[in-house]
Amino acid sequence: MPLSDTTPLLEIRGLSVTIPTPEGDVHAVRAVDLEIGRGDIHGLIGESGSGKTMTGMAMLGLVPKGSRIGAGRFHFDGQDLRQQAGRLRGRRIGMISQDPAAALNPVLSIRRQIDDVLRTHRDLPRAARRAEALALLAATGLPDPEKVLRSYPHQLSGGMQQRVVIAQALATGADFLIADEPTTALDVSVAMQVLALLRRLVAERNLTVLMITHDMDVIAEACDRVTVLYAGRSVETGPVEEVLNRPAHRYTRALLGALPDAVPRGARLAVVEGSFDDPDPEGAA
Amino acid sequence: MDIIRYILRRMVLSAFVVVGVTFLVFIVAQVVPSDPAALYAGPRPTAEQIEKARQELNLDAPLPARFATFATAMAAGDFGISYKSRRLIAEDLKAYLPATLELAVFSTGMALLFGVPLGVMAAARQGRWPDRLGSLGAIASVAMPTFFLAMLLQLVFAQWLGIMPLSGRISREIAISAPVPQATGFLLLDSLLAWRPDAFADAARHLVLPALTLASYPAGVAMRLTRSAMIEILERRHIAAARALGLPSGRILFGHALPNAMGPALTVIGLSFAYALTGAVLVEIIFAWPGLGRYVSEAILAKDFPVIAAVTMVVTVCYVAMNLIIDIAQALVDPRVALT
Repeated sequence: MPLSDTTPLLEIRGLSVTIPTPEGDVHAVRAVDLEIGRGDIHGLIGESGSGKTMTGMAMLGLVPKGSRIGAGRFHFDGQDLRQQAGRLRGRRIGMISQDPAAALNPVLSIRRQIDDVLRTHRDLPRAARRAEALALLAATGLPDPEKVLRSYPHQLSGGMQQRVVIAQALATGADFLIADEPTTALDVSVAMQVLALLRRLVAERNLTVLMITHDMDVIAEACDRVTVLYAGRSVETGPVEEVLNRPAHRYTRALLGALPDAVPRGARLAVVEGSFDDPDPEGAA
Repeated sequence: MDIIRYILRRMVLSAFVVVGVTFLVFIVAQVVPSDPAALYAGPRPTAEQIEKARQELNLDAPLPARFATFATAMAAGDFGISYKSRRLIAEDLKAYLPATLELAVFSTGMALLFGVPLGVMAAARQGRWPDRLGSLGAIASVAMPTFFLAMLLQLVFAQWLGIMPLSGRISREIAISAPVPQATGFLLLDSLLAWRPDAFADAARHLVLPALTLASYPAGVAMRLTRSAMIEILERRHIAAARALGLPSGRILFGHALPNAMGPALTVIGLSFAYALTGAVLVEIIFAWPGLGRYVSEAILAKDFPVIAAVTMVVTVCYVAMNLIIDIAQALVDPRVALT
């Protein structure tokens, strides 16, 4: 195995993102450490507002205007993301957006929306782009790609839309994909199919995936490793089985305890205590 | 196909509008407190002359029969004779309508061409100087009185710089020494058909100032509407998704945001086209443009009812046609429109 394959693809130490607002600075991300090996599906789990989406956005160089990014180390495959994020976006780093119904443009055909990505990132003649678009749609398990290509988003089901969004991300040719809540908008059985699809694509195409989610089931189903985020800080990281079976951090335990299955039938559901305004709450940190 | 069904439905609705306006025009003629026979008979008519005119105009026939005659004549393009000039109205329209349509189409095109891209630019640079400058320009172009802008343009481009003709549709030299044979009445088209590049360039130069004057208001409104629609669309998640896919910002603005933001601008452009058909009287007078607006305003002052009816009908058909075109354009831009 060549040396480069053993170094992590993504290496983040002490990442912080500070967004200035008229009411003062918002510390969306305070101190995140993240290390993702090649070929891994790495879960990033936390509540809404824990900074997981902003962490992903920082990797794409798409933080709100005026935001300050601080980090000890913020490297992707040896390149510093603080300078290179804009150049790597779409070339090496792709994105699978949450809520595919909103992520696709309602007035453009699927053909346009995939072709625009191919046109931007691949130097192919028209006919070859069309063939590639069909191949990508087929690779995401969509039946009748020809028909999907002619369709508009409102003519597709949620699961089909999510597959189109995945095809778009593949069309960039990127080898690292950030999947932001790829299954929240889908019902459970479709969500499981989409996760299985992602696992298969990762294996077939040598991809690496950062899976951003608030759903422990998604982590358990699809991820190899997981990092737990709380109030903008990474509080625990490790292989999925280890973290799920022997959570070291109190917040992770609280998160697992809040799953409906963890509570006896008929009892009240557990609540995760604490708030982000108080980074050291009782019962969590 | 949804879109074909949508177009057919729109066409049927348009036909209803035209029939309804025909009925209204006819009814209005009946309630106007003036005697068409007296007008038709000419100045200081005798009672016998009026009675003769009444029979000639078939005014004694029952209302439904007269409406039927009126409607069939309109449908056949037979607009009758002007009470005032005794000329065939259809002949007059052949001269005035193309002049007006040429001006309306060009000013509408200019409004789109200036208003929409400026609105996109302003939205992309929201709050910074291109936005402020564009918004100021839009307010100025909306607020400026038409006649004042017309005279200002004449002063600067015709009087001072001397690079544009002052008024008219074509230079006198061409009109007298080497006139363009009339085929369609549209000077630009006719000079192309006769392959007269000199006449084409001359006619195009004559169009610029009046078209610019008429475009000022709708361009300003289109700019403002495009700007606010674009600002809203640029906040949508699919724009963020397109950015995350690494698409270049120009393609995101014009390829992925503008199609969603075109609706309001298209609507206002359709309305301004209708306005340019007959509302452009001041512009036509200042630029000596032989258009429908002047023709019909003279007819109104003379209570020349057949002319008023004919112009109303023609403008209605043009307006309905324009609206149909815009509805179809909207449906082509946004396929969801066809579903409603």
